[in-house]
Amino acid sequence: MTGLPDNKGHFGQYGGRFVGETLMHALDELEETYARLKDDPDFQQEFDRDLAHYVGRPSPLYFAKRLTEEVGGAQIFLKREDLNHTGAHKVNNTIGQALLAKYMGKPRVIAETGAGQHGVATATVAARFGMQCQIYMGAEDIARQTLNVYRMKLLGAEVISVESGSRTLKDAMNEAMRDWSTNVDDTYYIIGTVAGPHPYPMLVRDFQTVIGREAKQQCLEQTGKLPDALIACVGGGSNAIGLFHPFIEDSSVKMIGVEAGGDGIETGNHAAPICAGKTGVLHGNRTYLMSDEAGQIIETHSISAGLDYPGVGPEHSLLNDMNRAEYVAINDDEALEAFHLLTRIEGIIPALESSHAIAQVCKTAKQMQKDQIVIVNLSGRGDKDIHTVAALDGIKV
Amino acid sequence: MSRIQTTFEQLKSSNRTALIPYITVGDPSLESTLLIMHTLADAGCDVIELGVPFSDPSADGPVIQAASERALKNSISLKNVLSVVSSFRQNNKTTPIVLMGYLNPFEIYGYQAFVKDASAAGIDGVLIVDMPPEESDPFSGLLRAKNIDLIYLIAPTTTKKRAKMICDQASGYIYYVSLKGVTGAGNLDISEVASKVSDIKNITELPVGVGFGIKDADSAKSVGAVSDGVVIGSALVNLIYQTTQKSDNPEDIRRAVSEYIVTIREALDSLA
Repeated sequence: MTGLPDNKGHFGQYGGRFVGETLMHALDELEETYARLKDDPDFQQEFDRDLAHYVGRPSPLYFAKRLTEEVGGAQIFLKREDLNHTGAHKVNNTIGQALLAKYMGKPRVIAETGAGQHGVATATVAARFGMQCQIYMGAEDIARQTLNVYRMKLLGAEVISVESGSRTLKDAMNEAMRDWSTNVDDTYYIIGTVAGPHPYPMLVRDFQTVIGREAKQQCLEQTGKLPDALIACVGGGSNAIGLFHPFIEDSSVKMIGVEAGGDGIETGNHAAPICAGKTGVLHGNRTYLMSDEAGQIIETHSISAGLDYPGVGPEHSLLNDMNRAEYVAINDDEALEAFHLLTRIEGIIPALESSHAIAQVCKTAKQMQKDQIVIVNLSGRGDKDIHTVAALDGIKV
Repeated sequence: MSRIQTTFEQLKSSNRTALIPYITVGDPSLESTLLIMHTLADAGCDVIELGVPFSDPSADGPVIQAASERALKNSISLKNVLSVVSSFRQNNKTTPIVLMGYLNPFEIYGYQAFVKDASAAGIDGVLIVDMPPEESDPFSGLLRAKNIDLIYLIAPTTTKKRAKMICDQASGYIYYVSLKGVTGAGNLDISEVASKVSDIKNITELPVGVGFGIKDADSAKSVGAVSDGVVIGSALVNLIYQTTQKSDNPEDIRRAVSEYIVTIREALDSLA
């Protein structure tokens, strides 16, 4: 399974390259460039150097002693991606892709963003590399995430409001693909997750696997053994695949991906395509999707804008079908409770996305033995969500 | 011989250029779509492309996106598209009909079920914007078995090697995308189009239609001079929308569409 995707970008029946003809050549070019650079020592050194000195890696693997005691089961370790520069795992990928853009001689980068984390991570590296940067963001999300919109502007990016469709992340991705089709000669499209047409699911994964490689080494150093389980939230699924992938061949390590259950799977208001969707084709790849009986993509709901997406990376679809990873859903309420719990007893304010994984570990660790180890990917910090949480608690900040 | 092939051979023998309009099914309503289809055929169109509404039309510009959203508000599905073609075929057995859309509605409908129903409805060709030849199996084989043409796009960015591969897989006609961008964009470079179309004609016997960015008699005429067919999409969809904003009388839609198409037909025929 670690040898995937195949040379056409397929993960079993998933993945592939379903885009308009105008983009096919650009994707071929990207695939060729990446194949050449990924084993190029200069490229790898530059990437590693930036991860160390700009992002601040390695991120700690932290034993959450009080959370472990509170739950009363397996030992809970947090992989602290929240401590990265810009506050989430997203920057691992944007550094890697900005380097690709630089090597390809593209002076302009574009990206889609939902909550704004990937937009901020892209605007950050664009500032760092001196590239022109435009970020597509749904009008709904712009209204919800004013802080990140301003951060992107401070960093020199132009934020373009997307008024079409449901005016959220999926529509921002459509608009970014339209821009790329129009400006394909001078523009590099930095996709923020392990979805989209081949080679994106592969290269975003490769840039994010630093999370799992570090976690594996740190876990061995601190405990002398491999973890028994890994837990990560899944929107598109880049932080999850980043943690999971280096452990796929370690069959004793259980993997749990946590989708956004929203108001509850039974209400239909959620963003859990693996738990409650069906397979289909969107945004360049075949995968599990939220679509209706006529094949139209349906609107999703989650308290966390970063998980509010109707698709999921194709590799997750395959891991699910092969039963190598298990996918579950955590509701808004449970995530919110976990947000408060971690904040109070560990002094760590998690992103609402990551709070879904925290909520799940409270359930999973409880069923495990005290000498067992579970690693949770704390994919981002919650500063960006303070306003959302305050509003839900009826407090005006 | 398929309806598409017959149509292009007749055009070729009279040295005429195909006029290929695109409309979004269900915008403003299914009834109006049927009326517009007959109007287009009567006004001298040769092939009709019917847009299948999709929630995420990532290769379309604002005009067709909006039309798709309006159609989806009317709950138009692929099933409705097939039914409007069946109705059209009751009175028109000759004008080829091509469905243009995105893959997911077809995939969810089921490929086997779709080719069966499409064949029964009298559909002649299918163009799936986000399904390149590399990803066309098993749909392409099922379509071929029912003699439904699978039409592919070639873009300005398509390499010669790739164009050859696409032509080998395509049937019916080749749709050359005249510019880098989305439907309805501007800035046509006619000499660039002429050179690309001529490259394509060197590698295939299939007729080559050109679309994206053709909006009036002048642009149709200049593109028609260097190709086998011109596709008019956004300009027509916009005309239908503007007309229905002013009046809900079907006769007004019919007249507006007819007058517009006739000017383009005349411009193309002046080339013969």
